[in-house]
Parts: sequence; structure tokens; C-alpha cells
Amino acid sequence: MTAINSSTPQSTVPMLEARAITCVRGERELFSKLDLQVSSGECLHIRGENGVGKTSLLRLLSGLTAPESGDVFWNGESIKNDALDYHSKLLFLGHRDALKEDLSALENLRLYAAIDGVEISEKEAFASLWQFGLKGREDLSVSCLSAGQKKRVLMARMLTRRAQVWILDEPFNALDTQAVHELQDLIVQHLKGNGLAVLTSHQPLALPQLRVLDL
Amino acid sequence: MNAVLAIVKRDLLLVMRRKSEVLTALFFFVIVTSLFPLGIGADANLLRKIAPGVIWVAALLSTLLGLQRMFAADYADGTLEQLVLSPNSFASLVFGKILAHWLVCGLPLVLLAPIIGIQFDLDAQSLKVLMAALLLGTPVLSLLGSIGAALTLGVRGGSVLMSLLILPLYIPVLIFGAGAVYASSVGLDITGHFSLLGALFILALAFVPWVSANAVKIAIE
Repeated sequence: MTAINSSTPQSTVPMLEARAITCVRGERELFSKLDLQVSSGECLHIRGENGVGKTSLLRLLSGLTAPESGDVFWNGESIKNDALDYHSKLLFLGHRDALKEDLSALENLRLYAAIDGVEISEKEAFASLWQFGLKGREDLSVSCLSAGQKKRVLMARMLTRRAQVWILDEPFNALDTQAVHELQDLIVQHLKGNGLAVLTSHQPLALPQLRVLDL
Repeated sequence: MNAVLAIVKRDLLLVMRRKSEVLTALFFFVIVTSLFPLGIGADANLLRKIAPGVIWVAALLSTLLGLQRMFAADYADGTLEQLVLSPNSFASLVFGKILAHWLVCGLPLVLLAPIIGIQFDLDAQSLKVLMAALLLGTPVLSLLGSIGAALTLGVRGGSVLMSLLILPLYIPVLIFGAGAVYASSVGLDITGHFSLLGALFILALAFVPWVSANAVKIAIE
């Protein structure tokens, strides 16, 4: 009976899972034996003081760094075993925007589409930029955009990337109230589409299916 | 494959937007190689003799000038993290970056070489051999250099350290590259030199992207 249950609906299967992970930065142990599970349709909000290890946890979950002990699993499979498969479903946005200042918003977007192996047409790229209020600024080099506008380029990337797992480090930083709403809507859409999200933020969030982890 | 091409295209585009950095390396090559004939004077025999060595050493140094740029900017703005997390093998993306570096810093040297060679009174045969040797040797310089660029990521004073790490590795390329030109100018067989340069190229091509990719991964951990 249990065997049948565990193999049935996708949505109840925990998808991203950390088992007993320990993180050490330098000499200091940030957290130890941490377990967490995020299933699709859920959003995990990681909170905590500065320096408590939020970003480190996100980097562990994305596979950028390896935990001191324990492991991270995607659909029951360690993310180290099939890293490329996990990466194809993952969108990680760190605290640096990873946009090329000398290229335009459109060029950045299309470049990432090529690197992430997603096909987007010129039209889709334009539409996604326009959706986030960058109409008329598609061909401006990113160095001319404000911090909030750069974040909006990243929101366009989140939309076009079509990834199942979103790992976002402080996604609400530098956004105006309007953009905060738009980003929340974007995350809600993502969760409805069977995606899952793990994010850090110092603001309280109004999202459905939100779970909070205090580090 | 698409992603590799995208990386090459992006790096070339970035270079086009900021031409000064690349032009500096090329001017360095032209100026250094022009200083020798000016300083030594019109002793054609001596110039012919030192030409291969001088041109090759200048090529090594000007390659070195562009190396620091290979990963540093992507490291600073977080792009490298995105590349590591892309669904393509990271080694292939690193290969794309090395290819772009060679197209910008290596290929122009090959094309400039005959003009530089004339200043040293090299004959047509030697010029051809010089170009061929550079064509085979400069990719090795870009490949080996990427290891140094990756290992010194995020290190303060990294460019000096990188020169110390990389220049010794360039010695075999220098010996066989300059040797081929010298051998041809005195009428010796050059196939041995080219075989060895080819072997270095194939070895570097097989292992270096993987080594550099791992060095970058360590740097961003």
C-alpha cells in the first residue's frame, strides 16, 4: 500500500530535499544536520539574521558548493549524480545580477536562453521584457539601467527560463512596490505551474503554499 | 553546441564593445617586435637569426596580457555561477571561452606575423613557416593560459602570479615554435618541430578545458 502511495501523484512526492546537511564556511559551522523538503507547488521562505547562512544554504541547494556532510536530493536522486539534468530544471539567481553591463537587456536575455538551452523567439524575448516595464529600453546597454530595472531583466529571464526549481537570493531587493507585486505574481504563477521556489527575503511575503524556515 | 557558440559570440561581442583592451595587446606585440630592428640596427644577418625567438617571445607576452580578462569579469559579476549551473557541460563552455580568447588574442598575431617578419628580413619560406608555427602554437598558449587564469581567480595580484605560473609552461611551445622557423631558415627539416607542436596542441585540447573548468569551480565555491 505504501509502495503505491509513494509512486502516485507527482505533486505529493517531495521533490527538492536536503538530508542532514552541514555547512561550514571558513572555520565556522553555520548550521548542522539541517533537513528540509520542498515539493512542487510550494515555496520555502528562508529567514534569518545577516550572516546566519541563508545564501550558503541556497548555494548548497543549487549544487554550487558541496555540503560538509549530508546531501541534497532532487526527486530522490542526489544532485551530484546527474548534475546536468538537475541544472536543466534549475534557475538560481544569486545576489549578483550576472548581467553583462556592455550588452543590452535583449542580448543578455537571449544569451542566457542559449546557454540554458531554452528556445525563445525574438517576439517572446521582447514580450517578456515589455511585461516587466522595459519597453523602449530593450536595446540600452545594461550599464544604463537602474538596479531595479536590472532586476526586471532578471524577472524576464525567470519567465523565459521555464525552470521547475527556482532558487532566489533576495529577489525583492531594489524593487519598487509595483515590481514587488509583479514578482509575487510571477512566483504564484510558477507555483501554480507545478514549480517550486526557495527564496530568502527580509520582507514578509504574501504567497500561497508558503512555508517559512528560520535559520 | 549552441551554448558554446553563444559563449564565443558573446565574448567576441563584448570585445567589440570594449576594443581598447584587445588593441592594447596587439599594439604591444607590434611595438615590441618593432623595437628590436630599431635598436639593433641594420645588421640583416643578426636580425634574421633572432627573429623567430623575438617574435615568439612577444607573442607569449601579448597572449598573457589578454589572459587575465578570460574569467575575471565573469567571476566578478556572477556570470560564472550561471555558467556552472547551465545544463551544458561546463568544460565545453570553458572551451568556448578559450576559443574566443584565441580568436581575439591569437589569430591576429598569426595574421600580423608576416608583416612583422619583413622587418627582420625573413624570406618568404620562413614567413610561411612562422605563420604555420604560430597557427599551431598560439591555440596552445590560449589553452595553457586558461589554467593560470582559472587558478588565480579572485586572488589579489593575480596577474603577476599568473605570469609566474604560466610562462614556464609556455617554454616547450617557445622552443619548438621558434625552432621550426630557425630550422627552415637554415634549411633543416621542420617536420619534427611541427609534429611536436601538434602533439602539444592535441594534448592541451584534450585535457585543458576540463582542468580549467574544475579550477574555476573551486574558485567560485
